Amino acid sequence: MTRRLKFLAGFVLVCGLLPGQESELVQPKATPEDRAEGQRIFGTQCSYCHGPKGEGGQGAVLAVPRLPRAPDDIRLFRVIRDGIPGTKMPASALTPSQIWQVVAFVRTLGRVEESKLTGDPVRGGQIYATKGGCERCHTIGGHGGGIGPDLSDIGTRQNAAQVRTSLLDPDASVPLDFLQVRVVTKDGHSFAGVRVNEDSFSIQIRDLSNQFHSFWKSELTEISKEPKRSLMPSFRSTLSAGELDDLIAYLESQQGGK
Amino acid sequence: MKSILLLIAIVMLVDGQVPYERILKAHSEPGNWLTYAGDYQAHSYSALDQINTSNVDRLKVAWMYQTGVIGHFETTPLVFDGVMYITEPLSGVTALDLRTGRPIWTYKRPLPKGVIVCCGLVNRGVAVLDDQLFIGTVDAHLVALDMRTGRVRWDVEVADYKAAYSITAAPLVVKDKVIIGIAGAEFGIRGFLDAYDAKTGARAWRFYTVPAPGEPGNETWSGDSWKTGGAPTWVTGAYDPEANLLYWGTGNPSPDMIGDERNGDNLYSDALIVLDADTGKLKWHFQFTPHDTLDMDANQVPVLVDADFRGQPRKLVLFANRNGFYYLLDRLTGEYLVGKQFARQNWAMGLDQHGRPIWNPAAVPSMEGSLVYPDDDGTANWFSPSLDLQTGLLYQNVREKGAIQKRTTKSLSFEPGHLYMGADRLPIPGEEPWGALRALDWQTGEMRWEFRVHTPPWCGVLSTAGGLVFSGTMEGDFFAVDAVSGKLAWRFQTGGAIWSNPMSYMSEGKQYIVVAAGDALMAFSVDR
Repeated sequence: MTRRLKFLAGFVLVCGLLPGQESELVQPKATPEDRAEGQRIFGTQCSYCHGPKGEGGQGAVLAVPRLPRAPDDIRLFRVIRDGIPGTKMPASALTPSQIWQVVAFVRTLGRVEESKLTGDPVRGGQIYATKGGCERCHTIGGHGGGIGPDLSDIGTRQNAAQVRTSLLDPDASVPLDFLQVRVVTKDGHSFAGVRVNEDSFSIQIRDLSNQFHSFWKSELTEISKEPKRSLMPSFRSTLSAGELDDLIAYLESQQGGK
Repeated sequence: MKSILLLIAIVMLVDGQVPYERILKAHSEPGNWLTYAGDYQAHSYSALDQINTSNVDRLKVAWMYQTGVIGHFETTPLVFDGVMYITEPLSGVTALDLRTGRPIWTYKRPLPKGVIVCCGLVNRGVAVLDDQLFIGTVDAHLVALDMRTGRVRWDVEVADYKAAYSITAAPLVVKDKVIIGIAGAEFGIRGFLDAYDAKTGARAWRFYTVPAPGEPGNETWSGDSWKTGGAPTWVTGAYDPEANLLYWGTGNPSPDMIGDERNGDNLYSDALIVLDADTGKLKWHFQFTPHDTLDMDANQVPVLVDADFRGQPRKLVLFANRNGFYYLLDRLTGEYLVGKQFARQNWAMGLDQHGRPIWNPAAVPSMEGSLVYPDDDGTANWFSPSLDLQTGLLYQNVREKGAIQKRTTKSLSFEPGHLYMGADRLPIPGEEPWGALRALDWQTGEMRWEFRVHTPPWCGVLSTAGGLVFSGTMEGDFFAVDAVSGKLAWRFQTGGAIWSNPMSYMSEGKQYIVVAAGDALMAFSVDR
């Protein structure tokens, strides 16, 4: 077939499996073999976007205890079967029994080791707003900057260990949508920031002061990209271990307004 | 007598009659587009030159049509006698009035539950013969429609959609038959190419692309693996009327991406098959990627050329393959003449003197993951190349993208209608894939120029007698470059990813360039 777009989002559709047809929603008891088969299917169908271990990438992180769009197995089944309209999550070409196998496997991903939260989220909130300087680039609950990812639901997308890694070693986990770029115009002006958009003829960036800039590539003499470099500083030496724990506890408490 | 003949001719034209002879002589009516790739030779070339290098900067949208259907809009329209016929996702067909862009009728396919298609419920176009249009559907039927009303004349099952057979390709009409290919090699189908009587829908012949025991080629499959051997035929081929031969590409063997249980070359997967158009008998074949474990479908459009080659007039077939190599073969004998790499690849160390690849053993899916170029979407894919014999260049969109190919299982079991593949594609960390429109000297495969695009494209190419080459990008840019130099001549941001082949037609003395972008069909013209 048109081939292997199957791994990219939005391309696989199953006709007729509409939300109204609920007879298949009787969940069979999952065996170890089902989970193994679910893992194999996940490997061929899901991991390109969600990562082999559900660690995320183009798609949502699944290695979390609670999936915001699929808090129970039936809703997870529906998400896999029907996709999520308006997102890159496509409907699936899997049979109901295969979907249940994937559900069984995805539920094991949430059982990744959880770092115990020892910090104080209230103190963490103060660090976020003051010493950490996070608000300059990040948004929570509609407040803050737009250079970095919106953290309003970071607690549902990343576990404490992942957040800790991001804070200590930001370069190790630069989100795909936040590529750092630098451009130089023909008249010698230089602009650096996060890539907002790019096509064959143009590029748009947002600089550190949240200013938006749009360029035709024909106006530029240089476009350099740093895919493994984050604009965010490491907090390894600027926050104490206790402050870091507090900040992580605050971020993990961000559950998307629920 | 003459006046009666003239009257008949006028009536035929008014009624939109398209006899076989008209398709055969498609070159004599360059203002129309009568078959998927414009002509039986599959050049995807327009002889219209009203839009050209001197005025293309004034090209503007003349009209648009929105399908309102979500899904990849992969159609290549047909145009004749004042009407355009397009297909839409979900196997729909719409007839559009060329004066206004307004729909005349729409056929919506009532699809059953549980249709299984690997890569979207797409369709790439209709075929025409006499007063009927033909569409292959994602539930694996072939349907004949009344050209004037869109009503169903006949509807036949080609294969069982519950076993994951599906049709996405445009049919090809040859004489009184409708040729149609099948898809589903991710699900362990046994591939074939079919011909149906255009009047009745009765099947005239079937050629299985995976031979059964006792047939030549079956020895290239171990055990019973031939039963689920894949080798689909989901992109429209070409036809040589003089030799009465069909040229058609075949896709990957099944199971996909894992070959342990199908030892051998796995004929006729990943091959060019050449069949007698009347009987479906195999004349010759050329296998590009024997025993494929990387999903290197040869489901591309073969391009036929009659020209002097190395000082002698030859009948040739060109094939820019998904595996990263360009091939030039003698069209009557299958003799291998040229093989040339035209994109980054590492799966083969090269081609031997017969054009057979020398496999790189490190570039196959492994449990720990192997770095492979190109990835399993390939260098080329279903999107059409375009041949301009004036420039001597074959214009081909190229995907420059590798992957970490990781086996997900040591062995597989087959169940009809279920995925039957054994590896996963992971992105290469830190690498941004890109693409290019490349101009290849058709005689040598040497690249003359390239026009780079931001990401790997899924758009076909149209070259025209106006000295222009049109193509598009996933970011929605539709553009034209100079056919000789490759320099940008014009661009337009359509606002939707382009998953289609551009084409051109003339209406009321005016040339139009057409492309589907997002879920809109857009026609461009130059004000005079």
